[in-house]
Amino acid sequence: MLKIENLHARVEGKEILKGLTLSVKPGEVHAIMGPNGAGKSTLGNVLAGRDGYEVTAGSVSYGGVDLLALEPEERAAAGVFLALQYPVEIPGVNNTYFLRAALNAQRRHRGEPELDSMKFLKLVREKLKIMQISDELLHRAVNEGFSGGEKKRNEIFQMAVLEPSLAILDETDSGLDIDALKQVAEGVNALRSSERSFLVVTHYQRLLDYIVPDFVHVLADGRIVESGDRSLAQRLEQQGYAWLAEHGEPAGAAT
Amino acid sequence: MSSPFVQSMLAAAETMPPAHKLLDAQRRERLQAFVEHGLPTTRREAWKYTSLRALEQRSFVAVDPDAPVEVDAAQWALPGVDGPRLVFVDGVFRAELSRLDALPAGLRLQPFAAPAEAKQATQDDMLAIYRQEIRRTRDADHAFTNLDLALARSGAILVVEQDAVLTQPIHLVFAGAPASQALAWHTRNMLLVESGARASVVEHHLGWGEQSYLSNAFSDIQVDRGGTLELIVLQQSAAKATLIRHTDCHLGAAATLRLHVLELGGGLVRHDLHARLAGEGARLDTRGVFMLRERQHVDTQLAIHHQAPNTASDSVWRGVADERARGVFRGAIKVAEGADGADAALSNKNLLLSAQAEIDTKPELEIYADEVKAAHGATIGQLDERALFYLRSRGIPLAEARALLTAAFCRAVLQDLPNEALREHLSTLLSERLPADEAA
Repeated sequence: MLKIENLHARVEGKEILKGLTLSVKPGEVHAIMGPNGAGKSTLGNVLAGRDGYEVTAGSVSYGGVDLLALEPEERAAAGVFLALQYPVEIPGVNNTYFLRAALNAQRRHRGEPELDSMKFLKLVREKLKIMQISDELLHRAVNEGFSGGEKKRNEIFQMAVLEPSLAILDETDSGLDIDALKQVAEGVNALRSSERSFLVVTHYQRLLDYIVPDFVHVLADGRIVESGDRSLAQRLEQQGYAWLAEHGEPAGAAT
Repeated sequence: MSSPFVQSMLAAAETMPPAHKLLDAQRRERLQAFVEHGLPTTRREAWKYTSLRALEQRSFVAVDPDAPVEVDAAQWALPGVDGPRLVFVDGVFRAELSRLDALPAGLRLQPFAAPAEAKQATQDDMLAIYRQEIRRTRDADHAFTNLDLALARSGAILVVEQDAVLTQPIHLVFAGAPASQALAWHTRNMLLVESGARASVVEHHLGWGEQSYLSNAFSDIQVDRGGTLELIVLQQSAAKATLIRHTDCHLGAAATLRLHVLELGGGLVRHDLHARLAGEGARLDTRGVFMLRERQHVDTQLAIHHQAPNTASDSVWRGVADERARGVFRGAIKVAEGADGADAALSNKNLLLSAQAEIDTKPELEIYADEVKAAHGATIGQLDERALFYLRSRGIPLAEARALLTAAFCRAVLQDLPNEALREHLSTLLSERLPADEAA
């Protein structure tokens, strides 16, 4: 259970989040939509604990724990997963090795036994059914030379192996053609369960045709200005974000 | 009044056995040249970042070849390297520790010794010495070359005869044993791969304990037409040792030299690595890495000279400095007039792991030929913050993430090493050199 209350955050001295409040229950899929510069990516990065994002007010609790007090790796072990908008290339670190190191680090942190390479490979084979990536990509360096679609599929594959309880997808649809988008969405849908929550951050409604959310929130000028069901996303698609201004919401969100 | 260092070298010269007359004259000449110039100062461009002022105030004792030494042969065991072996301890050849029985056909492997010292000296020794002497004239003002030529009493002579293809790597061990005083020794090595021959050699410098010896080595490498030499240099000298090496490589037509250098140990380390691509179609690949900590100072001076058409060189060097260590890298490529169609690439990337560490890198490119391809780059930086966050966001703790990225950064130089067992071992050695609090 994720509980964000009155969250304020700054990046490079500039206030981006200005009192964001949001609750996500286990098994729910929440979509966060909003215009460029509204603070969508900031939200994901603050939740995952990236350096350079300074929380100035508010709180975030996850499973009753103060998430903001944890290091990024501790948040991961607590079940938080951020699928990056721009997955990083890491030359010299083998994709499979990396994933095993990550999984075992999380297991160590939780006091669970580590998986040896046999058990890990068995798990990998199982998870490949959810998100197919080629053998060749598994053995290459992390994301190195991957196409945009391959990088995003690799993110979802990591998610499948790490089995987080809260997955944050930061504009996972950006840069994907319709086929790649469908594949990624299928992978995500296969991972939906009553224990796993999703925060799907996107600029476009298109992704939500394939990952159908339980709730849609509109983020503008650092706050959630509108919440509803998936019909809200469709309304945004038809009317654009300019509609928010007419709706009498914060001036900062107007174009 | 000359410095304590120079005085101690003069004293060492007194202990030299009377050698062959020709050599005696040569040695005296070199010694005089050394005394005249003394050690280079930082005003010399090639020594700008490496000060020898502390070394100049120190004195060293010559090695007594008959003094007993206690060493453990397990220290230099390397996976994937179990062929012929020559072992020198404190610069003295140790037959009982070497493995020279049943050498494969086409390999000549023996210690070099000044003829008067070793009665059984062969024609080959003299040939080798002579070749080196005549080539050295242009280095006449290089202090350590002069010292080596004046004082060297041993070293490796390795000849791979025409068209011989050796499958087992040859292990050359240069060890510094624990000693009660600061010893100095000078070795001279010659590696010759004749036309069409192929061989793999591991040049292994190691030492342990607290002693602060000086090891000065000069290596002459020649690969003739169509020959291939793979040379792996593993430097694990004692933490307080001073190690000075000059490697001079000469490549004939269509000759290939592949070099991997790992600089892990030593207190003050200097390596001058000069290569001449003298024959058409010669190819040189150099890969090197230093991983430094505490107050280590390691200086690599790479100079590649394309002298013939269609020659190619590709150099990838990495450096990591932690704590108060200092790394220096100079990569100079010169393409001579007439060396048309030359292809020269050099990349040097460095990582600083602490605010007190320092790395100086200086790429140089001089081109006098036409239709030349040259790519050149040097960077100094910290670990990529985005990559660190990515690893941490997947659950890998900060220290482990740093170690993982640093090791990956260095391993890039090992990628194309074909000896898999050795590659794995070297990769482990690199990881072990990572700062203790960061090792995974």
